[in-house]
Amino acid sequence: MSKLDSKIPEGPIKDKWTNHKNHINLVNPANKRHIDVIVVGTGLAGGSAAASLAEMGYKVKAFAYQDSPRRAHSIAAQGGINAAKNYQNDGDSTYRLFYDTVKGGDYRSREANVYRLAEVSGNIIDQCVAQGVPFARDYGGLLDNRSFGGVLVSRTFYAKGQTGQQLLLGAYSAMNRQIGKGKITMYNRHEMMDLVVIDGKARGIIARNMITGEIEKHSAHAVVIASGGYGNVFFLSTNAMGSNVSAAWKIHKKGAFFANPCYTQIHPTCIPRSGDQQSKLTLMSESLRNDGRIWVPKSIDDVKAIREGRKKPTDLSEEERDYYLERRYPAFGNLVPRDVASRAAKERCDAGFGVNATGEAVYLDFKSAIQRYGKERALVSGVDNPSAEKIIELGEQVIEEKYGNLFQMYEKIVDQNPYKTPMMIYPAVHYTMGGIWVDYNLMTTIPGCYAAGEANFSDHGANRLGASALMQGLADGYFVLPYTIGDYLADEIRTGPIPTDSPEFNAAEKEVKDRLEKLISIKGTKSVDYFHKRLGKIMWDNVGMARNEQGLKEAMVEIKKIREEFWKDVRIPGGLNELNPELEKAGRVADFLELGELFAKDALHRNESCGGHFREESVELDGEQKGEAKRNDKDYAYVAAWEYKGEPADSVLHKEELTFNDIELKQRSYK
Amino acid sequence: MNLTLKVWRQKDAKAKGGLETYQIKNVSEHSSFLEMLDLLNEDLINKGEEPVAFDHDCREGICGMCSLYINGEAHGPDRKVTTCQLHMRMFKDGETVYIEPWRSKAMPVIKDLIVDRTSLERIQQAGGFISVNTSGNTQDANALPIPKPMADKAMDAATCIGCGACVATCKNSSAMLFVAAKVAQYSYLPQGQIERKERALNMVEQMDKEGFGNCTNTGACEVECPKGISLEFIARLNSEYLGASVTSGQ
Repeated sequence: MSKLDSKIPEGPIKDKWTNHKNHINLVNPANKRHIDVIVVGTGLAGGSAAASLAEMGYKVKAFAYQDSPRRAHSIAAQGGINAAKNYQNDGDSTYRLFYDTVKGGDYRSREANVYRLAEVSGNIIDQCVAQGVPFARDYGGLLDNRSFGGVLVSRTFYAKGQTGQQLLLGAYSAMNRQIGKGKITMYNRHEMMDLVVIDGKARGIIARNMITGEIEKHSAHAVVIASGGYGNVFFLSTNAMGSNVSAAWKIHKKGAFFANPCYTQIHPTCIPRSGDQQSKLTLMSESLRNDGRIWVPKSIDDVKAIREGRKKPTDLSEEERDYYLERRYPAFGNLVPRDVASRAAKERCDAGFGVNATGEAVYLDFKSAIQRYGKERALVSGVDNPSAEKIIELGEQVIEEKYGNLFQMYEKIVDQNPYKTPMMIYPAVHYTMGGIWVDYNLMTTIPGCYAAGEANFSDHGANRLGASALMQGLADGYFVLPYTIGDYLADEIRTGPIPTDSPEFNAAEKEVKDRLEKLISIKGTKSVDYFHKRLGKIMWDNVGMARNEQGLKEAMVEIKKIREEFWKDVRIPGGLNELNPELEKAGRVADFLELGELFAKDALHRNESCGGHFREESVELDGEQKGEAKRNDKDYAYVAAWEYKGEPADSVLHKEELTFNDIELKQRSYK
Repeated sequence: MNLTLKVWRQKDAKAKGGLETYQIKNVSEHSSFLEMLDLLNEDLINKGEEPVAFDHDCREGICGMCSLYINGEAHGPDRKVTTCQLHMRMFKDGETVYIEPWRSKAMPVIKDLIVDRTSLERIQQAGGFISVNTSGNTQDANALPIPKPMADKAMDAATCIGCGACVATCKNSSAMLFVAAKVAQYSYLPQGQIERKERALNMVEQMDKEGFGNCTNTGACEVECPKGISLEFIARLNSEYLGASVTSGQ
């Protein structure tokens, strides 16, 4: 018997959520006033949860490591948010969004959760509009949509290239209203250091005031972890510098199972790294693949000439270019899903065709689109016999209207004009589908401890579709957690205020203080970044876009070695009782050094290729799909949930078998 | 490239700060300004000194966490970028670069280059919202058509990232552009009409209470704003405030 009870409600999939809501326990309004809920993280999931719970009457304490909830990394999402509104009359429906998400996730997500996500997606748009989120509109004043990779309908709502920002500011404004009313107590510049568990239930957290260094004890009847993903285990990623796994990792060590850690999304269109001083990677929205064509030179001589500056990409004729996505995937071409596009870029670069000095870049070229749009606009605006220059001028205007802010960002970073010369792009770590295991109520394996948004594992399987992260964060925070948490809290109405002077609180506090003191007393010779970079390199080389048994085993050994060195030789200047960014970083990297090993272990055990997880041992050997990823449903159609046992390598695997009643398992084909 | 840096160092809010001089070598012109500071910090750590504390997070110009007054300009010499998107190719080899924190009574220094911007938070809490609870039964989003020009205006105002550059660059330390962006956003939208007057009055009142200065329309804020928020929104705020003061009876 598995320790995992997913608590999926009975009944047909379309009725599960409604029936569940109708039958779960509620807390009466008078009692809610006496119940405390802690929310860690204030991005889309945490911010929306904190605001909604406070509106319902709970006493909420929210924690953010930044100086304002508005700065959480949800703010950086560019493209948009999906919702099955069918405003474009193109046949969209709850079922289609559900189907696309399960298929896009390569059949490794839980059907019931995904269906619920699709079901509440429309409510999110209604809610955000009511809050004053300025979504893009058409000239009739109605909401506009655009299309994203891997689907056949236009269901993506957007606010220029800043959709994440506008949605987060919506949730932030809802939070502000509750902070002003005293219903949310906001703890900015605070970092969660540990979870406090009493008699098997989550009862609070230990937090560090990052300005004074003071260690604080906070109690609550439930704790919600909405601390985002762990892509920074790779050192270089598109995540914010402070994004970390620590809150999730602390609850993992206290009993929450960690699910599918190896499912990582490597986004195909990021600005390539420029050198060793680089601190992070910048994403260029997936929407660019609608109009950009991806290529490398056909001849290795041209590659050399370009790298040595003897030739420019614009010197190469059409015949001398290899549009490899169009060649390999004629049906989807440049719009294959993210995992497929990333692997194809790596394949070309590994074969020596990378077009910059590091050998890790391919071209994203807008020349064809500029021509096409230029001719179209000339016709529309009545320009007869336009010259070649005029066509280019008009075409560039159209491209600027669509992608101006992205082109400007590219030019600022790379110092090249992408209207005149193709962009260079390369895949980068972007999002982690894996995360804390949760049941249908979003509760972890620790009673009273919940996980929401990117921090949990539930909805995207092995690969996430574009514009679905914002949808999931807000679904969890606005429309799922506020209902399901009541089912648990209904039994807490007699508990009363939870004191923070219990032995459990004191022990957790001591543990946190001891760890910090140990870190700072090492006084070694190497900076925190030195270790983080080494970890990132082994993760990228052996646990990145393509993985094999030998490389993964080596990675586990190497990561353990780096971790041991870290605890002997890290140098952290400054003291404990002050603002100390190096100390903060050290705590986070220490956790990454544990997670990384579990990550590799998970990738090692899953000897199949699915979604973002590609095992070189598991590819199609013949037929039309030769060389493509091969999934193994017979042996691996389950969620791998890991239980902590002291050392990452000793973690114990628990399986949640995935059953598909409403969707047939098929191989994904984009040929 | 090699640079001389003059960096503001201050142990904590109470300590007296001052400029320290550092030499930094082999900076890539492709690095961002913050990556140059990373390099300086790596150097300092290796020498056993304390690194320079500065705020930063997303490093893609949207979170609003990074700040810095560089050679006398908020977010440095480039236009419409935050410090994290400012690149070293904007500087010359051998140049001396002055790096200071935001300066404003309402945003005091916490340490080195980090300042306390919670005054901006309290202004938002005073009225930067539309009072609507989460509900699965909110009216359908398309039941409320909004003319595209109004929606676009609201979006232009809403792009404010709350970094505080407008305050830092203003000789009066005024937060008018920051407040105007939020008041204007909601004033263009039908959803924002019900609380329109109270919002303008409450947010301005909180702004004054926090000790920000008055606006004298010098326009420096618009020039230094990394998101290009227009001065026109300040005019909008003035008219909103005046209208509300005359008609609300408060």
